[in-house]
Amino acid sequence: MSLITYRQALNDALRSEMLRDEDVFLIGEEIGQFEGSYKITAGLLAEFGPKRVRDTPIAEEGFTGAATGAAMVGLRPVVEIMTINFSLLALDQIVNHAAKIYGMFGGQARVPMVIRTPGGGGQQLGATHSQNIELFYAFVPGMKVVAPSSPADAKALMLAAIRDDDPVLVLENLSLYNTKGEVPDEDVPGEIGRAKVTREGSDITVVAYSRMAAVALEIAGKLAESDGIDVEVVDLRSLRPLDRDTVIASVKKTNCAVVLEDDWLTYGIGAEIAATISDGAFDWLDAPVRRVAMAEVPLPYAKPLETAALPSADDAITAVRETLDATARRR
Amino acid sequence: MPPNAAARSARATSTSTARRRRPAPDTTVSSAEALGFYRQMVLIRRFEERAARAYTEAKVGGYCHLNLGEEATVAGLMASLDETDYVYTNYREHGYAIARGIEPGRVMAELYGRSDGVSRGWGGSMHMFDVASRFMGGYGIVGGQVPLATGTALAIDYRGGREAVVCVMGDGTTNIGAFHESLNIAALWSLPIVYVVINNGLGMGTTVEQSSAEPELHKRAASYRMASARVDGNDPEAVYDAARTALAGARSGKPYLLETVSGRLKGHSVVDPATYRTKEEAAALKAADPVAAYAVTLHDRGLLTDESIAEIDADAMSAVARAVEFADASPHPDVSTLFDYTYATPVPNDSRRLPGAALYPAPPRPGAEDAGAVRIGAAR
Repeated sequence: MSLITYRQALNDALRSEMLRDEDVFLIGEEIGQFEGSYKITAGLLAEFGPKRVRDTPIAEEGFTGAATGAAMVGLRPVVEIMTINFSLLALDQIVNHAAKIYGMFGGQARVPMVIRTPGGGGQQLGATHSQNIELFYAFVPGMKVVAPSSPADAKALMLAAIRDDDPVLVLENLSLYNTKGEVPDEDVPGEIGRAKVTREGSDITVVAYSRMAAVALEIAGKLAESDGIDVEVVDLRSLRPLDRDTVIASVKKTNCAVVLEDDWLTYGIGAEIAATISDGAFDWLDAPVRRVAMAEVPLPYAKPLETAALPSADDAITAVRETLDATARRR
Repeated sequence: MPPNAAARSARATSTSTARRRRPAPDTTVSSAEALGFYRQMVLIRRFEERAARAYTEAKVGGYCHLNLGEEATVAGLMASLDETDYVYTNYREHGYAIARGIEPGRVMAELYGRSDGVSRGWGGSMHMFDVASRFMGGYGIVGGQVPLATGTALAIDYRGGREAVVCVMGDGTTNIGAFHESLNIAALWSLPIVYVVINNGLGMGTTVEQSSAEPELHKRAASYRMASARVDGNDPEAVYDAARTALAGARSGKPYLLETVSGRLKGHSVVDPATYRTKEEAAALKAADPVAAYAVTLHDRGLLTDESIAEIDADAMSAVARAVEFADASPHPDVSTLFDYTYATPVPNDSRRLPGAALYPAPPRPGAEDAGAVRIGAAR
């Protein structure tokens, strides 16, 4: 184990897979000479050369589609889309093509491609550069979408995504890149399609993914100390497929739940989780499922406005306390 | 300018350069090849006419776009390819699939939505795919195939292969961003690909001149310093020669844009009566019918007789009849296979729920969850 950043864990996974498999190559804007807008690909051009670390024109639809076409004949491209906001320019190639090709042609062509892209606000980047639209891809059968929240998961899920024979979108997060954690030195791929209970608890279930799953662990520690509340945290990790059973098992134990999400509330991931809990654990619930999500506005630039719009640890703490109050069994 | 005037004028301007007589022996299409083109063209003509009939009989669903009028381009272009080359097309691709050597029965079975169809009944008219013949798909989204084809050319280059990619598209596709992004990438990276624009003068009913500020579409290549040419798409030999030239360039790392000019004899799809055309325009298209014209050409050369023309037609008719028989006899895909093609590899928690099924069908009462609970959404 080594204590490294989320950024380093991703870089390690990319490098390791490129060393292991000649068919793995990186493609995207500014990933070579510039070493990536967020430096995830630092050092890789120098080590592997321009054939395997390919700087592209600013043409998301073109290079994402090209990666798909290369994957259809057996290469294993890892596409960097600088931020998830720019993936909208490649939406047709991702949704209408990468996600459809295996099924639409009766299973004749696989698309072993990875799209890695960060979401996240809070950097004063304004409305077009701060979105969390992973839902667009998690909505689509044929896509796999993973959302690691820790450096260890970032490495494990990136390894799994690159070795997977289907298109996988790996959702990174701007505010997680510098977070640190213990990461195994050896390469152990994670399992796509499985959630993980990252903290066991008995009082309330908090379901989250990506940045908010890290926030969930943070507030669980605080609430244990300040209120003696024993929070169980379910980190979804995989948005499609969605591991509903792990959520249901947790809610059947705690009898109440809060969902933390960085996306907008209406039609969001939290809505799907709340509906799942209603389907699978209706009679176990002692309180309505509460969702903490971004304010439904185009995210403003001005710091006080941006801060007000984004879900925070304090928002999560309030939601947990109020949900427990609603169960009428809070200590 | 009335619809199709652009296509007609394009044809008129192209004939002087494109319809050159081939003097050099190594580029001359042999008699056998010429007859092969003709047979292919007749087969596609008869197949498409039969597909239209099957559509009216409700044997074929969805959209159905035919290659009627495009036969010469299909035959010449597909004959120019090596077996190991890759072909990407759009949604008007039945003829290309047949010319690539896919059994007409499997193409018809796909139209019928049957399990022996080229795409196992999952694609339909617009989405024919055959991995064995490197026929990399018909695509229903205009321009969708262009980045994909470019990526396959990238993969060839990555592996140092000798193959090339041919990417077929319609005239309207040249106005889509993906077209320009892809040509730029192919030129920058010297990829082995030939982009072929089938200019039939019309999108659905909108003319090339109404939609393209530079209606001589091959000239778009200049923006990417890419070689290009316009050729008479009603002449299979001219298309063949032009495609051979383009492919030779592509194999040496010089991508190419080839524009073929031909007519669309019927509407955009089977259900389009093409009321936007005048009677005169329709008559002019019929007069330029490439199948009839090529029959005359080969007859004049002494390669065809009235008898052999009738024979070739009868052969095509019986091949199409066999294709229909095969399609009709092929089973519908079993509903139990509905979830077989979402993912290439099994993944936990993949949903296999049918529309009316509850996610958690067990009675949601505490303590009752294990009694008779059946999970539809279980992992494979």
